[in-house]
Amino acid sequence: MAVSLDDTINHQTHSTLSWLLSRQTFWVFLAAVLACIALTFMTDTFATKNNLFNVTRNFAFVGIVAIGMTVVIISGGIDLSVGSTLCLSAIVTGLVMSAGYPLAVGIAAALVAAILVGVVNGVLIAYVGMPPFVVTLGMLSVARSMALVLSNNKMVYQFGPDQALLLQLGGGTTFGIANPLIALAVMAVIAGFVFRWTGWGRHIFAIGGNEQAAILTGVPVRRIKVGVYVISALTAGIAGVLMTGWLGSVTTNLGTGMELTVIAATVIGGANLAGGTGTAFGAVVGAALIEVIRNSLILLGISTFWQGAFVGSFIVIAVAFDRIRSFRQSD
Amino acid sequence: MSVLELKEISKHFGAIQALNDVSLTIEPGGVVGLMGDNGAGKSTLVKIIAGNFPPSHGSMRVQDREVHFHKPVEARESGIEVVYQDLALCNNLTAAANVFLGRELRRGVWPFRILDYATMYKRAGDLFKELKSETRPRDLVKQMSGGQRQAVAIARTRLSDARIVLMDEPTAAISVRQVAEVLNLIRRLRDQGIAVILISHRMPDVFSVCDKIVVLRRGTKVADKQISDSSPEEVTALITGALERA
Repeated sequence: MAVSLDDTINHQTHSTLSWLLSRQTFWVFLAAVLACIALTFMTDTFATKNNLFNVTRNFAFVGIVAIGMTVVIISGGIDLSVGSTLCLSAIVTGLVMSAGYPLAVGIAAALVAAILVGVVNGVLIAYVGMPPFVVTLGMLSVARSMALVLSNNKMVYQFGPDQALLLQLGGGTTFGIANPLIALAVMAVIAGFVFRWTGWGRHIFAIGGNEQAAILTGVPVRRIKVGVYVISALTAGIAGVLMTGWLGSVTTNLGTGMELTVIAATVIGGANLAGGTGTAFGAVVGAALIEVIRNSLILLGISTFWQGAFVGSFIVIAVAFDRIRSFRQSD
Repeated sequence: MSVLELKEISKHFGAIQALNDVSLTIEPGGVVGLMGDNGAGKSTLVKIIAGNFPPSHGSMRVQDREVHFHKPVEARESGIEVVYQDLALCNNLTAAANVFLGRELRRGVWPFRILDYATMYKRAGDLFKELKSETRPRDLVKQMSGGQRQAVAIARTRLSDARIVLMDEPTAAISVRQVAEVLNLIRRLRDQGIAVILISHRMPDVFSVCDKIVVLRRGTKVADKQISDSSPEEVTALITGALERA
């Protein structure tokens, strides 16, 4: 029987199930869930209210920054300066609030600092045409240096009249859920919506897939790229403010090396460093898995020296898994 | 009435004369094969028509109206669409997303404007049907054959009310069956009254779909004639310079 052109064009190639099974994010999610179930039976400490509260709050900070990093990585770039930006924003909040300004001013100042970092990164990358790796590597150094200059390398632990509010914001709970986790959930939902339902979201995927094609079809590539780095810096700034409230003090070594954990979380969650793929949910799941691995080692009494080995292996396994699957597809 | 008229177009880059007094007229629904050796000036001519850069001398008329393009988007607004050699497609997106790239359809009221996937899938499907191509709007472009990729790139030009489609080597590096598919796509455009300029090295393709042939050599037009009055042998001689002019 001849198949009509209509049938061919309207034919759906993938069922929902096969689509799900083809996602790296799904398998990583499954791994995280299985690890949680295993830990629940192997220890009596994992599934306690306290431990779960700590685990979820701990990964929220990495998760928030990982959402911004996912945006950058989808567009085919990388942002190595997030750890330093987080520190700079935290220091700015601390200094502004200890000078007696209210919480809102402290947050606004921190976010302005973060946006400034993002704009400098974005303009150098999009308009001057420098490689993201180099620009953000430079910014990693510059932003942390700025934090040192501003604070004179002194710890900030007094936050003026609004101190209690700040500590509540970062360290408190709403309906029993840690505030940073709520911030993460809200941001993940917004990011997921933007990726799927807005032209801007489509365009960052297009830029990551084939930048030349995006330019030729009239996508405002440069403007979007600046926006991408601003968003990444902004997520680092938000995490910085929340972390300040959680820790109750800021030092200039806050967030040192964090960019690598964030990139690891993003990659484990299914973002491709070559650009063009990634999901908000993946960033969250990747961050969660790293924290679950860390937590389980502690609970099982394994030396924390092993953490790096486990997290590192998982990065490679998650990506290798994806490679094997695409090999099979191309056969 | 002509859809595109070039009058004594010249272009030089510093001391290099890339094009020398090239005149050309294209009728609606005409398919013109633009041939010439590497460096003969084909790409320069196409880039001038597509608005990538202005000519040094000469004038250009679209639908009997004088035009001066400074940016590709101005050419596009005048109804000139380009299908690029590397197709300018994003492999990680679906066929429909590629067709609508940069011109996405949205629905809802600002600030609640969201992408209108249903309409985009449907319209992309309609365009593929119109081109008689077995291309599924929801499939990722990376899974597609060369012919299907061409259909996606050509469907993109059908979104706007294009009157002239420039195609740069659309049949390079694809299989024989897919070449036939692409040539059919070109005929489909012609049937809808769209003029096509086909840049190609492949003699059989040019002789099977074009009704006119233009040969450039060292920036000068050396032939501009009906395909029925020419032959592959003559064109080869014109390209290489064995035959001075025809």
